[in-house]
Amino acid sequence: MSPQTTKLTPALRREADLRKIAASVLRLARSQGIRESEVQIDETIDALTRFANNAIHQHVAEQSLTVSIRTAVDGRTARVTTNRIDEDSLRAAIENAASLAAQQPKDPHLLPLLGKQKYRPVRRFHPGTAALSPESRARAVKHACQLAEKHGQVAAGIFSSGQNQCFLANSRGLATAYRQTHATFSVTMQQGSAASWAKGNAGDYRQFDPTKLATTACERAARAQNPVELEPGRYTVILEPAAVLDLVGFLFYDFAATSVADKRSCFSGRVGKSLLGENITITDDVYHPDQLGMPFDGEGVPRQHVTLVDRGAVKNLVYSRQSAIQAKARPTGHGFALPNEYGEAPMNLVIAGGDTPLEKMIASTDRGLLVTRFWYIREVDPYEKVMTGMTRDGLFLVEKGKITKAARNFRFNQSVLEMLRNVESLGPARRAAGEESFEMVVPPMKVGSFQFSEVTKF
Amino acid sequence: MYDWTNLAIETARVRGASYSDVRVMHQRQRVLTTKNGRVGTLGQSESLGLGIRVVANGAWGFASTDNLTREGVTACAAQAVAIAKASALAKKESVQLAPEGSYIDSWQGPCLKDPFEIPVETQLSLLLAVDTEMSKVKGVTLTETDMQFRKIDSWFASSAGSRIHQRKFVSGCGIVAMSFQGDAIQKRSYPNSFGGQYILGGYELIEAMELLKHAPRVAEESVALHSAAQCPEKTGTLILGGSQLGLQIHESVGHPIELDRVLGQEANFAGTSFLTLDKLHHLRYASPIVNIVADARVQHGPGLGSFAYDDEGVPAQCIDVIKDGEFHGYLSSRETAHLVGLSRSGGTMRCESWNRLPMIRMTNVSILPGQWKLENLIADTNDAILMDTNRSWSIDDRRYQFQFSTEIAWEIKGGKKARMLKNPSYSGITTEFWNSCDAICNADEWVLWGTPNCGKGQPMQVMGTGHGASPARFRNVKIGMAFAKQ
Repeated sequence: MSPQTTKLTPALRREADLRKIAASVLRLARSQGIRESEVQIDETIDALTRFANNAIHQHVAEQSLTVSIRTAVDGRTARVTTNRIDEDSLRAAIENAASLAAQQPKDPHLLPLLGKQKYRPVRRFHPGTAALSPESRARAVKHACQLAEKHGQVAAGIFSSGQNQCFLANSRGLATAYRQTHATFSVTMQQGSAASWAKGNAGDYRQFDPTKLATTACERAARAQNPVELEPGRYTVILEPAAVLDLVGFLFYDFAATSVADKRSCFSGRVGKSLLGENITITDDVYHPDQLGMPFDGEGVPRQHVTLVDRGAVKNLVYSRQSAIQAKARPTGHGFALPNEYGEAPMNLVIAGGDTPLEKMIASTDRGLLVTRFWYIREVDPYEKVMTGMTRDGLFLVEKGKITKAARNFRFNQSVLEMLRNVESLGPARRAAGEESFEMVVPPMKVGSFQFSEVTKF
Repeated sequence: MYDWTNLAIETARVRGASYSDVRVMHQRQRVLTTKNGRVGTLGQSESLGLGIRVVANGAWGFASTDNLTREGVTACAAQAVAIAKASALAKKESVQLAPEGSYIDSWQGPCLKDPFEIPVETQLSLLLAVDTEMSKVKGVTLTETDMQFRKIDSWFASSAGSRIHQRKFVSGCGIVAMSFQGDAIQKRSYPNSFGGQYILGGYELIEAMELLKHAPRVAEESVALHSAAQCPEKTGTLILGGSQLGLQIHESVGHPIELDRVLGQEANFAGTSFLTLDKLHHLRYASPIVNIVADARVQHGPGLGSFAYDDEGVPAQCIDVIKDGEFHGYLSSRETAHLVGLSRSGGTMRCESWNRLPMIRMTNVSILPGQWKLENLIADTNDAILMDTNRSWSIDDRRYQFQFSTEIAWEIKGGKKARMLKNPSYSGITTEFWNSCDAICNADEWVLWGTPNCGKGQPMQVMGTGHGASPARFRNVKIGMAFAKQ
C-alpha cells in the first residue's frame, strides 16, 4: 500500500509556530507579574476508518491544538487549558490559572520550575504515515472485507493513522519539542458464533501488514468453530503477546514511587524483594526502537531507562521530582504534568523476552490453553494484584503438543504476581497492542497453573 | 455559532453531501482533588470546536476542527465530504435515516447553583476539611476527595433545518479512605466509588451529599474491614445496594440493548450482544416484577442521560426496555431504527465532544421502584448477604457472564443486619440473574445514580449515563468466586 495525499490532508504546524505561541504565553504571564509559568502545547491530527459487517460504517478525522498553562506563585500552583489561542484568550487563561492558584493554601513542598535540560533525540515522525489518506485506509479495509467474504466471515475493525506534537517550555528557559506519527490496524473476523482478532500498531504504518493481520484473524476464526465447554480450574496457558500486555499492563502504576508511598501499590513494603520468577526482567525504556512517546516528562525532566524488575527482584521505582525528594532518590523523568495527585508512572514498559517461539510452547504442552487475548480486566485484590477478566476472540485447547479444538471463553481470577512466578518459557519480545492497556514491548509466555473460575455461554 | 454551522452545511452541500449535521460545542471543566490533606489537582479547561457529519455517495464521513475561521470551517466540511466519498469505496448499502422533524429550540438543563460561580476557595476548603476528618481515623493510610464540574453549550444544526441550542451543567463529588494493613488494602467510598455521585445539575449536589458528615464513617469502615470475616463462597440470597444495582443495570441491561452492538458495529472493540433481534418481545429477560426504562426526559430526574434532544436532533424519549420481565426495546438511532421496525429513532445518539461522532449511548437506564421498604425487605430475609458500593466489575463481550465485587457487605441473619464481611463478590449469567429478582425496594430508596465514565467507540468516547435504582433481592446467586482458591 502506498500513501496517497490529497489537498485535504492536514499538516502539523511548524515547531517554530508552537515556539512562538509558547513565547507569547510566557511573555503575557511575565507582564501580569507572574514570574514562574510553564506552557505545554499539544497538537493532534488523527483519522480513523472503522468497519463492521464487511463495510465502512464510521470514518472520522480530527484536528486540534491545546495550550495548557501552569502558574506557580508563592508556593501555589494551578493549571488552565484552552484551545483558543488568540492573545485575549491566552491572557484570560493565565489570569484564570493565577486566580485558581491563589485560592488554595500554600504548599511548602512545591518545587521551583525546572531549568534548561539536555535531551536524547528520538525520531518517530514518518511522513508516509502522516500522509495516509482516507482512500488508502479505505482500500486496505476493503481488502480485509473481501477476504472475510471469501471465507464466509464478517469483518469488523479499524484502520487509524495520525500525527501529534508537543512543545513544553517554562519561564526558566526550559524548552523541548517532540513529534510522532502512529498507525493501528485492528481486525475481528466472525464466523457464525465464533470470532478471532489481530492487531498491529506502530509509529510507521509500514511496520505491519493489514492483509496479513486480516489473514491471521480469518484463519483463527475458522479454527474457533464449535467450542467445547471445559471445566474451570487451573490450566497451563500459552499467552499471545496481546494477552500478556493487557494483563501485565495493569502493573504499570504499581511501579510509581508515589503509589508505593501512598500504600496502594502491590509493591508497598516489597521493593528489593524477589517477588517474581527469575526469568522476569522488566524495564521502562522510552528509547527502545519499538516504543513511541515523548523522551521527557510533564515537567520536562528527560526520561531515564529504568530497570524495574531484575530477574524477579523489584529493583527500582520511577520518580517525579517531588517523589524523588521524599524518597531521597533521583527523578527518573516519569512525572505527570503538575498539579496532580498521582505523581508518576512508567509509560514504556519492556518485558525481556526469551528464545522459545510460540509454536515450541504449544509443542511442549501436554494439556493447556492458547489465549489470543483477554477482555474487561479489572482489579479484584490490589495487594496480591488479583485481576479478573474474560478470554476473548479465540481460546484453544492444546493436547499433546497440538491445538485440538476451540474452547468456550473462561473468566479468570488470577494474581499477576503469582502468574509472573509461574512463567515456564518466554518468546521473543515485540511491540504488542491490546485493548486494555497502552502498547508495550512484551513476549508471549507459557504460564503454569493459571486460574480460571467460571465459563460463559460461547 | 449558527453562522459556523450554516457555513459548514452549505459547504458540504456544494461538495456533494446529501445530508449533513453539525455540532458546535463549548465545554468548560473544573477539577479539584485532594490527597492526604493536600491539594492534588487544581485546574480548569475549556474547549470550543465544530464537528460535521455528512452523507455523500450514500456513505458517512465526519471531520472536526477547532479552527473556527471561515477557512477552517470550510476545509473541515470539505474534508468530511471527501472522507464520506472514500467510505463509499467499501460500503454495502446506502445510509438510510428514519424520518425526523426539524426543530428550532433553546433549552437549559437543571441547575440551581452554578458551580463556576462558587469560589474555588470554598470548594477546596470543604474538600480539605473532609480529607482531614477521614485522616483522623487511626489505621487510615490514604485519603482522597474530588469535585468536578462541567458546563456544556452545544449548537446543533442539520441540513434538514434544525437549530437547537442546549446548555447543561454536570456536577460530581466523591471521597475515599483506604487502609493498608498486613497484606491487604481495604477501601471505602462515598457516595459511590470511582469518582462518587454525578448529576445533571449544579453545586446543589455537593451540598446535598453532606460529605463532612459521612467522612468519619467512611474512614472507620475502611479500617474495620480488615478485621471483618471473609465473604463466604456459596450459592445463596443476595441483596444489592442501590448504587451497585445501578452498575449491574449498566453492564447487563444498558450495554446489551445498544442496537449498534447488536448489529455488530462494535464487534472489534466494545463487543456485541446476546440480545439478537429475534429476542425482541420474545425473551423473558427478568422476573415479572422487573420493569426497566431508558428515559432521557428531564422528568425522570437530573441524570447524566437527561437532555432535551440527542446529538442527531431527536427529542428525548422514554423507552420501555423490560416490561413485566419481558424484553421490550432497544436503544436506537435514526440509522438503525428501521431494522427493529421502528418508524423513528429512540433518540439515544450522543457524542463526547465536538471532535467525536454521535453514537448510540445509554440515556437514563433505570429500574422502576418496587413495593418494599428496605427495613421490611431485610426483615423478610432469613439468610443473605447485602453488598454495597462497587469495587470491580467485568462482563464478557456478549454480556452474558459477569462478576462484580463490592467494597463492603453484611450478613443478613434471621431478618437482621449482622456482621460485616470483607472482599465480597458475586457472579452469574445475565438473564438467570435478572430472573432471580424477587423483591425491589420502593421510591423512598430510589436514587438516580450517575456513571460518568462509560467508554465506547473508536476513537474512544467517554460518556455519562444515568441509572435509577433502589436495593433489590436476588435468589440462588453464586457468591464469593473472586476470592475462591482452586
